[in-house]
Formats: sequence, C-alpha cells, structure tokens
Amino acid sequence: MADFISSYCHIAQNRVLLNGNEVFSSPDEDALNFLKSTYQWLKPGHPKFFKMDGLSKLAFIAAELLLKEEGLISEKEKDIAVVLSNKASSLDTDRKHQESINDAENYYPSPAVFVHTLPNICIGEISIRHKLYSENVFFVSDGFQAAMISNYSEALLKLGKTQRVLAGWVDWDSDSFEAFLYLTNNQGAIAHEAEIVSNLYQRK
Amino acid sequence: MGFDTKSLIDGIEAGKHGLSLLKDARLVEGQTYCSKINHEEVEKRFSAFDDPKQFTRLERLLILAIRSVLEQSGIRPDTRTGLIISTTKGNIDVLDPANGFQADRAYLPALGKVIQSYFDFKEDAVIISNACVSGILALSVAKRFINIEKYDQVIVCAGDLLSDFILSGFNSFQALSNEPCRPYCKNRKGINIGELAAAVLVTKHKEGLAEEALRALGTGSANDANHISGPSRTGEGLFRSITSAMKESGLDASGIHYISAHGTATDFNDNMEAIAFHRSGLGQCPLNSLKGYVGHTLGASGLMEAIVGMHSLNRNMLFSSLGFQESGVSEEIAVIKETRSAELRTFLKTASGFGGVNTAAIFEKVKH
Amino acid sequence: MTELINELKEKIITQLNLEDISVEDIADGDALFGSGLGLDSIDALELIVMLDKDYGIKLTDPKEGRKIFETVKVMAAYIEEHRSK
Repeated sequence: MADFISSYCHIAQNRVLLNGNEVFSSPDEDALNFLKSTYQWLKPGHPKFFKMDGLSKLAFIAAELLLKEEGLISEKEKDIAVVLSNKASSLDTDRKHQESINDAENYYPSPAVFVHTLPNICIGEISIRHKLYSENVFFVSDGFQAAMISNYSEALLKLGKTQRVLAGWVDWDSDSFEAFLYLTNNQGAIAHEAEIVSNLYQRK
Repeated sequence: MGFDTKSLIDGIEAGKHGLSLLKDARLVEGQTYCSKINHEEVEKRFSAFDDPKQFTRLERLLILAIRSVLEQSGIRPDTRTGLIISTTKGNIDVLDPANGFQADRAYLPALGKVIQSYFDFKEDAVIISNACVSGILALSVAKRFINIEKYDQVIVCAGDLLSDFILSGFNSFQALSNEPCRPYCKNRKGINIGELAAAVLVTKHKEGLAEEALRALGTGSANDANHISGPSRTGEGLFRSITSAMKESGLDASGIHYISAHGTATDFNDNMEAIAFHRSGLGQCPLNSLKGYVGHTLGASGLMEAIVGMHSLNRNMLFSSLGFQESGVSEEIAVIKETRSAELRTFLKTASGFGGVNTAAIFEKVKH
Repeated sequence: MTELINELKEKIITQLNLEDISVEDIADGDALFGSGLGLDSIDALELIVMLDKDYGIKLTDPKEGRKIFETVKVMAAYIEEHRSK
C-alpha cells in the first residue's frame, strides 16, 4: 500500500512556495521578521507563535500552510503523524542558553529558552495547534534524507499507526533556514516514493 | 553503577544507587543529587585500545558501549546493519567556552559521523533527538526499519551527559530535587539528573540470541497535544501510546506482568502516568521507576531502562521503585516497594517528555 | 508605585513575548493567569527569573508565585516590599 503526496511547501530565502508556486515573499527582512510577516499574511490567530523560537516558528508556519491548503484547520483531532528532521537540531537556541550561563555575574537562565533546546518542541507546537495526538519523531541528519523519511513514513502508514503523515525537513541555524514539508493522503496525483520526494525537495 | 550491564543490574538488585550530592549555590535549593560517570576512568579504559583525546566524552561512552555489544554478539556492520543513535543534547559540553573541542562538534551529524566511521557502519547513523522518549523510541524505530526490511539488524545506542547546560535549565524550571528523587511518592520534590550510555543489538535473526533476549511485540507513540512542557492532565498521549502498543502486541492489560515506567518524580509527570496507567487498566500491574537508581539520564533513559527490564525478566525479579515511601498520585498504581521474585514473561516500558511526547513498548522473553 | 506598575507592564510584554498586546491593554487589576492574559506555567517561571534579575527577589516556591503574580497591582506591591535592586 503506497500513499500519495497531496501537498508540499518550501520556505527558504524569504520565499514561501506552495506546491511549487511562490505564494509569498518578503525579501529584505531578517529571518525572524520574515517569519513574522509570513504569520501576518497567513493569519492563523495563534498568539503563542510569538513565544516560539525560530525553529518552532518555521515549522509552525510550514505546517499551517499545508493544513490550511487541505482545508484541515479545525478544532477536531486529526490522525496525522509528524516526521521531521534537520541538521542543526536546536543549536541556535542551545547557544542562547549556553550564553545565559557563561557569565557568573549575569547568571539568569530562562525557562522559555531552555524548553526550546530540544528540536522536537516544534512538533509539540504543531500537535497542540492542530490537535494531533499522533506518532511523531525528530531525526537529525547532515542533509535531507528523502529515502529514510519517506520509508519511515510509509512504515507508519503500512503498520496502521497513522492515516496520514506530515513529513520533511525544518532546519534553523544562526545564518540560514530552510523548510520542506509534505502531507500524504490515500489518494492523489503524486506518488509517495523516495525518488519523487527527493525531486520535489530539489525543486526550490 | 559500573561499566557493564551486570554491575548495573547487580547494583539495582542489591538496592544500591549511583546518586551523589552536588552542592551549587546557583541551584534553587543550593544542592541536588546526580549520577556522574568517572570520566578519568573512562579515559583510562579507552586508552587500552585507542587514543581518547580524539573523542569527546559522549563519543567515548558510546564507543565503549557499542564495542561491548559488537564483541558479545560477534557481528560485523554490513550493508544490512543499521546504526541508530538516541540523544537529546549530544556533545553539548563542547559549547562551553572552556571545552577544548570546536563548537561545531555539537552538530549531531558530526557525532554520528564519528561513531559511524569508528565502526565502519555502511550507512549514516540515524540520529533521533526526541526529548526523553528518545531511548525507547529508538527501539521502536529500529523495529519498524527491520519490519520494512530496510535493515536486518540495528545497533541502537543512546547517551547523554550531565552538564551545567542541563542542570541550569532544569533549575530554571525549579524541577531539581535537593535529595535523592522519590518517584510517585507523596514527598517527591523533583528530578535528579544522571549521565549514561547504553547500546543494544536489535535483530530479525533468531539464532545466537543472548539468554536475556526479548521480542519487541508492539510499540506506539502519541503526542499529548496539550503543552510543550506540562503533561496532559488526562494522560492522553501516554494512554494512546499504550493502547497502540497493546493493539500491535495482541495483549491486553492482563497480559502485562510488569511496567517499567518513566517516573521522573516531578509533581505533574508522575500523576499523569498514574492516570494513564489507570485508564489502560494497569492500576494493579507491578510498576517501578528506575530514576532513583541512576537519576534521569534523558536520551539514554528509555534504552537503559529497557535493558534493565530485560534483566528483570531474565532473573524473574521485580526491582523496587527506589525512593518510594507513600503514594502521592491521584490514581492507584502498584508501585513495587521491595525487590522480590516473580514469574515474568512480558513487560511494558513507557517514557514521556518535553514537547508532549510519549512512547510505549511491550516486550516478551524469548526463552521461557 | 504607578511608575513601577507601568514598568512591570512593559517588562511583562517584552519578557513573555506578548506581541499583540500593548501596555494600555493590561489593566492594573486584570488576572494575569487563567482567563485574563492567559499566561502559562513557563510564563510564571519567567516572571520568577525577572523578579530575581531586575529586583533581586528570589522566589523558591512556584506556588507562592501564583499568588504574587495574580495581577500587576499585586505584583507591584510585593516588589515594592521585597526588592533589593
């Protein structure tokens, strides 16, 4: 039983692409302000967004885009597993926490920063927002592993552990960010196969 | 608690713990208890076969653990052998300005490369960083990879360090206990942090298994979808994880002989677990948390506790939930107060963590 | 005291990342937790850090925090009484 990719998005270099088409851009801003502008364009009405760190904001926006596109924004729970990955884990925030403990004279570590020193927090934010009581996992790899991610996602579907999968790559580091997410469905035009996922990812 | 599994299990059976006092004026209570590894001893053992200076603290620990598993099992990594590494913070100590390693050794893929190339694994390490369920989730992922025939066998290793980074963070949550922790206890005051590395071989092959080998019958994970640091008040995610694992294993509550729970000794976590176990019909099943023995070892805890469960079943022993005196949770659970013998064939391992994560796995003795 | 109250409102907004709220939106007697501003457990811990960092007050019992952080007015009164910075 193989599934299909019903929608996908890229967010990088201050551009948002949905199913291969640019739908939003804000070229001259820094990364965090770009995400803020994207939030204001999307209007999800989720004020907790502003408490999130960069990685969580990026993942949140990408997930919102796809679920909105598929008409899945609702108060009802959804059986959509979340399988995300990146290279930098939560290092951007880790460095902030480390800085806050380096100076003995100015030692005020922040719980809001510390809670974000785990990459899977972004999955938690997506789960809270969309009521996903589902399977989830966060992998860390040098680059996006299309085969590994799509194989694991297929395993979850095949084993009946989930009905759909939201999968991909959400990387946030001090000097760059990149998101590629896709959503599977039991019908559609694009087959959920490793090579196809890899091609979609390359098309940025 | 030692450098090998037998020392750890013997220590637990004898009721010994590896927690020691740490006094620090920056801590809310001025002190906490942790379990620390003697890194000088690690360096010494490592020098017997290689130069420890090339490797970070965590890398040495993981290499030692994997070496032991490869020696015991006699396997050699080939194209059908996977490597999964479970860790929450990896080489986080290299971010400390006083640390000699480059800060970019903190990238988890760099850690993965070191371990992969040391043992000549043919594919990149699969690295799982999913808060405190990582260790048991790694076993779940290994089982699934073998199920879809991506690998025939997987070395699963897990490790996390004790660090100022971690202690300061949990201290900012006011989550650290000033005494050895007391999971599920009325008088519990919070967590103890520990450091540890562990490794196991997960294989589809039925030949050559160790005497204590387990069959993984079913695993499941589910998110609380509630709050990023506070667990669900109804234990929703943990309940669903257990349900998923039970469904896959074909067992119901009566088929589970023992629960190795998460039990971090925080107010909210332990209560949430009691609610979830109760909802799953497991209120009478003998249960312990092992955090009283070595503290909470974060990304390593799920794997290490599964290994202890393996030996629990092998020895037909229920180990006491160290630190527990009197129940302090809202639903009745059967906390093991004293180590005792019992006929054990199956057990349920659960874990929960920041980000609303929960994982459950059910295991059965192979030889009985 | 009014100066401290306004200072607190500003700090709460920046410290807790309440992006869509301004000082005028927070009444002195508004509940900070629960229904009012809807702050959560992490926010409570952040306020404890703020009390230490900006006013030299060390709170070791988070439950005590809930009472002190009931409203901005209650917070200001507590700080006036206990501050060492």
